[in-house]
Amino acid sequence: MSATTTELLLSLTRRYRFAASHRLHSAQLSEAENQRVYGKCANPYGHGHNYVVEVTMSGPVNPQTGMIANLPDLDAFIGENVIEAFDHRNLNEEIAEFQNIVPTTENVCREIFRRAARFPEARLERIGVEETGSNSFECTAEGEGTPS
Amino acid sequence: MIRITRKVEFAASHFYHNPDLSADENRRIFGKCNNPHGHGHNYTLEVTVAGEPDPVTGMILDLKELKEILNREVMQRMDHRHLNYEVPELAGKIPTCENLALVIWNLLEPKITRGKLDRVRLYESPDLYAECVAARNGASGKSA
Repeated sequence: MSATTTELLLSLTRRYRFAASHRLHSAQLSEAENQRVYGKCANPYGHGHNYVVEVTMSGPVNPQTGMIANLPDLDAFIGENVIEAFDHRNLNEEIAEFQNIVPTTENVCREIFRRAARFPEARLERIGVEETGSNSFECTAEGEGTPS
Repeated sequence: MIRITRKVEFAASHFYHNPDLSADENRRIFGKCNNPHGHGHNYTLEVTVAGEPDPVTGMILDLKELKEILNREVMQRMDHRHLNYEVPELAGKIPTCENLALVIWNLLEPKITRGKLDRVRLYESPDLYAECVAARNGASGKSA
């Protein structure tokens, strides 16, 4: 074992939930191609999921509070900017960013990352989104090229 | 390199209060966690050790040994304890999930001599965890 102290990375992860509907359909594809690519997800009436969002923040622990990010502040920020915006909404119809891009969970994950990255108290490391218990997606600061 | 993870659960009480702040500031920052009577959680701790399996035993370290280390260093210290009053390693610190994960890392790291402590993830509830990981080569990030 090395005598040097190990550099540690400390992070805090919080899980949130929202329920929303969407339809996977690209205006750039023909109807036949949409059917082939998206199958039943292209149903014009849409369908919905119970989404789970994991938000991971990193940074120094504030000695006054013992926290990387004050949880009520984080909950309020994510609540206002993500959960209230997305919960019980139709992602295609009601979220401006999905007017021109398909609200696949890849794109939902990236949009949540973009919104959560504005949280001022800590550095956003990762957004994970579970569309169902079987499908999950993630977006990281490293992958998105966010400066540290 | 292989990673092995063991999970243990413990129950403990705590509250958040910084004596350097006024009562009003404590209430504003910590909300209901500031209740001086305390409250409790079922914590779930996941400990990951990384290393190469021994060519004879096929193990990084004997899981029995890891279980004993976790029992001695974590369970006996923290299970069914009040974290503010009964865990000396937390004296002077606010027993947040972040600080507790760091204390657990510092308790375990010198005890794990086969393989290397790679990650400590501490769940305070299914919806909240703090995680300590050894920085990988070239990893950016702030030292904890």
